[in-house]
Amino acid sequence: MNDTTAVTKNEPDAVARKERAQRSEVALIPPVDVIEDSTGITLRADLPGVPKDRLMLQVEADTLTIEGEVSIAMPEGMEASYVEVTVPRFRRVFTLSKEFDTAKVSAEIKHGVLTLRIPKAEHAQPRRIEVKVA
Amino acid sequence: MYRSVFTRDVFAELDRLQREMQEAFDLSPSIRGVGRGGFPALNVGGTSQSVEVYAFAPGVDPATMEVNLDRGVLSIAGERQANLPPNDDDKSAVHINERFGGRFRRVVSLSDDVDPNSVSADYRDGVVHISVKRRESSQPRRISVK
Repeated sequence: MNDTTAVTKNEPDAVARKERAQRSEVALIPPVDVIEDSTGITLRADLPGVPKDRLMLQVEADTLTIEGEVSIAMPEGMEASYVEVTVPRFRRVFTLSKEFDTAKVSAEIKHGVLTLRIPKAEHAQPRRIEVKVA
Repeated sequence: MYRSVFTRDVFAELDRLQREMQEAFDLSPSIRGVGRGGFPALNVGGTSQSVEVYAFAPGVDPATMEVNLDRGVLSIAGERQANLPPNDDDKSAVHINERFGGRFRRVVSLSDDVDPNSVSADYRDGVVHISVKRRESSQPRRISVK
């Protein structure tokens, strides 16, 4: 990562900016688990190498965006010889439905696993409907 | 074989498909089978002084992780709990299940010049970083001409 910043610094600003914009388009799609129970949804996403301060969570209207940048300390002058994680960025977008209370989303990241809890709005909580006999 | 770490990425999937086709026709595949697409994903790099291995293993208890270096072969093994509700649980539904769960082991053979006595490993943000120093005798040296 040190290498890339060094490279962009030497380039003219416009080119560097354009490249950065292009690169920001490319992101890995993290694998997730989504489990729904009666009170809400639990989402777990694998974001290895993403520290808390490089994680961006956003709820806008009905869209949930998870974005994270991989930040790993690498020794200077390291040359990669074999690479499976090719892009240091994760991004995934989900569409939420109306019954979720987006104001009460809670998030936690531990050992590179993000856990999101999205509760259902109170009016959407399950209720038992009584059947009256006429 | 485990499904791709980053599913749903169409280009990555096509890339993987092509690679697997190639590997299927390749008459001399790696003796340890198909390397890519396993858990954890690996990046390997090196400097003139050391070999650096990064294993992307989020959500693994570091106490259960086993990292071994034996005759130049580095292995990373452990277990990750799936954390999914049991099948007979009728109160919850699993809508997406892409994350790996279970035991894993990945093996990398390192170059001959590594020093098995100076290995360090740390686990941070779900990434295991293993650094193995190269032997003094194999490090580049500047030879002065008289």
